[in-house]
Amino acid sequence: MTREVVLQAENLVKHYPIKAGVLRRTVGHVKALDGVSFELYKGETLGIVGESGCGKSTLARMLLRLEEPTAGKLTFDGVDVYSQKGAAMRRLRRDIQIVFQDPYTSLNPRKTVGDIVGEPFEIHTDVLPKGDRRQRVQQLLELVGLNPEHINRYPHQFSGGQRQRIGIARGLALNPKVIICDEPVSALDVSVQAQVVNLLGELQAGLGLAYIFIAHDLSVVRHISDRVGVMYLGKIVEIGDENQIYSRPTHPYTQALLSAVPMPDPTTRDSREQIVLTGDVPSPANPPPACRFHTRCWKAQEICSIEEPLLVARPDGESAHDSACHFAEPRVVV
Amino acid sequence: MTLSVGTGRKADVEILDTQGLWQPVDGLLLEVDQLQVEFRTRDGVAKAINGVSFELHQGETLAILGESGSGKSVTAQAIMGILDSPPAFLTGGEVRYCGRNILTMPDEERRRVRGPEISMVFQDALSALNPVFPVGWQIAEMFRKHRGMNKRDSLDKAVSLMERVQIPGAAQRVKAYPHQFSGGMRQRIMIAMAIALDPAVLIADEPTTALDVTVQAQIMKLLNDLQQERQMGLVLITHDLGVVADVADRIAVMYAGRIVEQSDVFEIYASPAHPYTKGLLESVPRLDQKGQELAAIGGLPPNLMRIPPGCPFNPRCRYAQDICRVDPPPPLREVVYGRMAACHFSELVLADSPELEVTQTVDDVQAALEYGPEPEVVSEPDRIAEAGRGPGGQT
Repeated sequence: MTREVVLQAENLVKHYPIKAGVLRRTVGHVKALDGVSFELYKGETLGIVGESGCGKSTLARMLLRLEEPTAGKLTFDGVDVYSQKGAAMRRLRRDIQIVFQDPYTSLNPRKTVGDIVGEPFEIHTDVLPKGDRRQRVQQLLELVGLNPEHINRYPHQFSGGQRQRIGIARGLALNPKVIICDEPVSALDVSVQAQVVNLLGELQAGLGLAYIFIAHDLSVVRHISDRVGVMYLGKIVEIGDENQIYSRPTHPYTQALLSAVPMPDPTTRDSREQIVLTGDVPSPANPPPACRFHTRCWKAQEICSIEEPLLVARPDGESAHDSACHFAEPRVVV
Repeated sequence: MTLSVGTGRKADVEILDTQGLWQPVDGLLLEVDQLQVEFRTRDGVAKAINGVSFELHQGETLAILGESGSGKSVTAQAIMGILDSPPAFLTGGEVRYCGRNILTMPDEERRRVRGPEISMVFQDALSALNPVFPVGWQIAEMFRKHRGMNKRDSLDKAVSLMERVQIPGAAQRVKAYPHQFSGGMRQRIMIAMAIALDPAVLIADEPTTALDVTVQAQIMKLLNDLQQERQMGLVLITHDLGVVADVADRIAVMYAGRIVEQSDVFEIYASPAHPYTKGLLESVPRLDQKGQELAAIGGLPPNLMRIPPGCPFNPRCRYAQDICRVDPPPPLREVVYGRMAACHFSELVLADSPELEVTQTVDDVQAALEYGPEPEVVSEPDRIAEAGRGPGGQT
């Protein structure tokens, strides 16, 4: 099966300078993203998981070109995103949209829902003639399960789940091909979270969208994703389809991460083996050399601190998927 | 309380002056009886807790599970007596510790309960710790205030507590400030403070919600170890069905300020007796299986200023009949031996009987709530009340 690649990241790097002293001299770099490559296919969902500080949100910002890269290349539909300028870049932005994490701060409290969802048309004026905008906004509201008559209401009149729907409607306004969802449900309660996850699923099926779904909740990511990438300290350490990552993970970090997720089933309490990692994630300003996980890894040997393992296909028992570990071997943890 | 509980660890702690004062009868530590709390605000009265009752025994973990606004944190704060009044008012009920009502106690006496007997771990360690004092000083404060220790002895105690909660390099870091620690380490410091005086009851309010999952696992393990070691009664407040399944003995599920179901952890997950519990369990995605569509509960939790008449869950409930909308909220009753639920149709929910007449589909519920009476016919005062609730609008 040949699938069409919509978005391709090649070796994306983003280093933020650390400045200190009176002269604000650069004394180091926070290596937020240190060589991330992946492909996103049309109509699929790529989940990105990892702990706080691993570079998930930096990645989201890079994919939208809200940050300029330190190095690397991003291709959308064959076009190099980072070399576009002016009108061409603006046109490109229509196709990649974002849904933010916090529905309370990502909507302007002084604007009505109609203004918020209609704002993309104000910027991209050639998309729709002015007269049609209101109707289009109402269509969008209906699409995300809100009452189109609520177009004149303000964000505070909606609950968290409904606000997230408004954010999604705004993201959909310009008919994008790719939506970056940066922790779209982590601020919501369980019962409401399920509604929004279902909505995202329905929209994808109906509109043929591709999602990059960034989250720290591994269960939600499994539910919604076709493929999943696991990040640790600015790098993808393992990437594969949903079943490969969750059923046959080969990277020790993925295994530890999965085993740490508590299962909503008390009967698995004693039977489940939990890998409890020691310590915290090291600082991205001074990441460990070679394999970045070796300081917390129970499999680490000398080679791990000398030679960096590459993200290449390694056997996982049934097939093979990309994993960056010298000692990759499958282990069942969930 | 039982201080002698077999740990050698206590040898270096002097005999507590409260010993013998508080003796649990049959291991019963804490009884919350028909507790009621309301918040009187400019915009109206929000009934945050409407008759909550539960018991906690020695060595037991009771999980209070609920979504935002269900009243779980307010319950904890009411027990601890740390609700700001106004706007919060206790309008009824008792909280008994070892048989004595602590709500009516004079402040001075209560101070001797809070800390040495019942203590609390908060969700957000960064805002719960004082940023301008070293962490060691803050832990040692427990010994200075409650035990009258001098600076040096209390600081030594703080170091040994920091070691107990596995903070690496405790002796060197005792003078460090909260911002110099990571989230997980800060949570350990709060736990150290909470267990400093060897309390009989520990209330943990969302102790791991702000943490990453690998760190969460470390903290839950630590809490579990400490509880086993000291035979503490643990009240774990959380919205995470996974965490609960791993550690709780008993679960109380809260909705709109009421406990709607209370039962043993294994039974509640196997066969919930309240439609809300059932809905919650069905709406969580599972790590170990790739499901189809999630069975979401339609609609939203009610606004506490306008709790619907009848059973508060009725507008979202698939099992709702006329009785649910008309009769007063069903009380918590024993449905099966040892299992309490507050639903007219618990037996049916338990059996999930196929002949049950389901009056509304999920879509109806969704439609009713999304477009329904609440937003559509908002009267002016209501609209303003809603506006005043502002962003958040949760506990």
